[in-house]
Amino acid sequence: MVDVLVVVNEREALPSRNTLEVLGAARCLADGTQGKVKAAVLGEGVEGLAAGLFAGGADQVLWVEDPLLPDPRPETVVAALAEVVPRVAVQVVLMADDSCGREVAPRLAHRLQAGLVTEVMGVGAEAGAVRFRRQRYGGRCIIEIEATRLPVIGTVKPRSMEPAASRAEAGGEEVHMAIRLDPGLFPTRVLSKVAEEVRGVKLENARVIVSGGRGLKGPEPFRQLEELAQVLKGAVGATRAATDAGWVPLSWQVGQTGKSVSPELYIAVGISGAIQHLAGMSGSKTIVAINTDADAPIFKVAHLGIVGDFKAVLTPFTAKVKALAES
Amino acid sequence: MNIIVCVKQIIDPEIPTEQFKLDPATKRQVRGGLSLVISAYDQNALEVALQLKEKVGGTVTALSLGEPEAQGAVKSAMGMGADAGVLVTDSTLTGSDPFGVAHILAKAIRRIGAPDLVLVGCVSGDTGDKVMGPLLAEELGLPCLTFVSRIEVREGKAAARRIVEDGYEVVEAPLPLVASILSDDSNVPRYSKLKDIMVAARKTVPVWKAADLGVDMATVGSACQRLQLREVSIPQRDSRCELMNGDTPAEQAARLAERLRELKVI
Repeated sequence: MVDVLVVVNEREALPSRNTLEVLGAARCLADGTQGKVKAAVLGEGVEGLAAGLFAGGADQVLWVEDPLLPDPRPETVVAALAEVVPRVAVQVVLMADDSCGREVAPRLAHRLQAGLVTEVMGVGAEAGAVRFRRQRYGGRCIIEIEATRLPVIGTVKPRSMEPAASRAEAGGEEVHMAIRLDPGLFPTRVLSKVAEEVRGVKLENARVIVSGGRGLKGPEPFRQLEELAQVLKGAVGATRAATDAGWVPLSWQVGQTGKSVSPELYIAVGISGAIQHLAGMSGSKTIVAINTDADAPIFKVAHLGIVGDFKAVLTPFTAKVKALAES
Repeated sequence: MNIIVCVKQIIDPEIPTEQFKLDPATKRQVRGGLSLVISAYDQNALEVALQLKEKVGGTVTALSLGEPEAQGAVKSAMGMGADAGVLVTDSTLTGSDPFGVAHILAKAIRRIGAPDLVLVGCVSGDTGDKVMGPLLAEELGLPCLTFVSRIEVREGKAAARRIVEDGYEVVEAPLPLVASILSDDSNVPRYSKLKDIMVAARKTVPVWKAADLGVDMATVGSACQRLQLREVSIPQRDSRCELMNGDTPAEQAARLAERLRELKVI
């Protein structure tokens, strides 16, 4: 029997896509083993969230309450989970591989002397063994690993696992657990938050992504990418080379250190296909590459391509896409 | 301001696909004749450290755990501007998992002596793990800032730009602390000057063994891994890229749009 605790951080009434994917992964582990999925919501409960978590696959919703949790920081989440996990007796703890989970999972595993696996793309449990699938070497390999120490803490790579089938009428048990965190233990303080403007759809939710890389040679051509993305009702992404050059904000980055995406259509413009980039987008359904270099690695993963200069291609392509959309 | 930067030497991750080989026995990449580099984001971490040193003074020490040839990584960090370097290499440590590595690095950091800042790259270029910053912070009992691209230091505190999903936050924490560094336009690694490379090449890098550090042997080495690698495979992509024909770029562009429509993608 594999019981799984899913860590829920959001403050919205509906579970996020990330949370639903993590619940999906948890159900995969629990279903085959008659295990239970518990969703731990850190902080004040939001009206209606429990129903969404039950529908998404939770058997139990655990409201973890502490005055410090309504505005959770990675360090408070670590401390809270270090109290909660031993009390709920689960074999696996799963959370999204986001900016919080990436810090929480290793620290929690260290405190609990637990196993640790990050950026999980697949799970399975057989004969009592818990297995995970993930990439290695920037996606050149897929590895299967077995947790030889339980509990094991895992982060689920966004857009690489499906949510569980929604259980519309599902209900479940709600449990409240009060904990007491010592405010003196948390040294970091947020001085300010800066949200970068997003026009249109969010990158991580987009059905279509138009991304630019080093080959764009400057920030201006990203305007053209935005125009194409607008026609396709998609979002604009970028490679590390483009964000390192300061052409576009870091939050636009797709890749190992940026967003992990798997849209229906990914159009890579002036992108050579560095491993660091492919790690974040090679799961896209259809990949289109536009690049002057026929030997660029991006053509090894692309389904459709144009060997040519984006400057000559993008305007007529956008016009044709627009015309087709209107026809 | 004393800064220790952990640098990992890896096989160049950007080699062409044809040159990527796996050893079926160890399930790891075959080194062969491939070149070794410092994992990319560790170089950004080094750049952050060097800029801080230029601003507020102090020293930068590069620390690496690896095979004897990782001395090359330490020396290239010194060629970039690190004042000193340390290599920890010991066959009994080979195969340590990230917890073991953090334990060893923390021991070496303590021996180097009271740092104000410990910096690591936010992700290792080979395994793709993003855990070393947080694990080192736990191991050393220090505050932790993950995925930060810029750090300013004043009055015993650091203020860092921490990258989050929709932008960034400015987070403050008291020194000493551990930070994992993400790249942006402020920390592009500098090129080493030939003169500095030559000077670094002649320096001796102290080499430390497990016994020098008081490593707890029950936490390191391949026998203490908390996960077992069962299978490894190279995904075969059946797609061959269909290139658009056309006499002009405009024709190719139109063809591409039509193909996407035929495939019902748009």
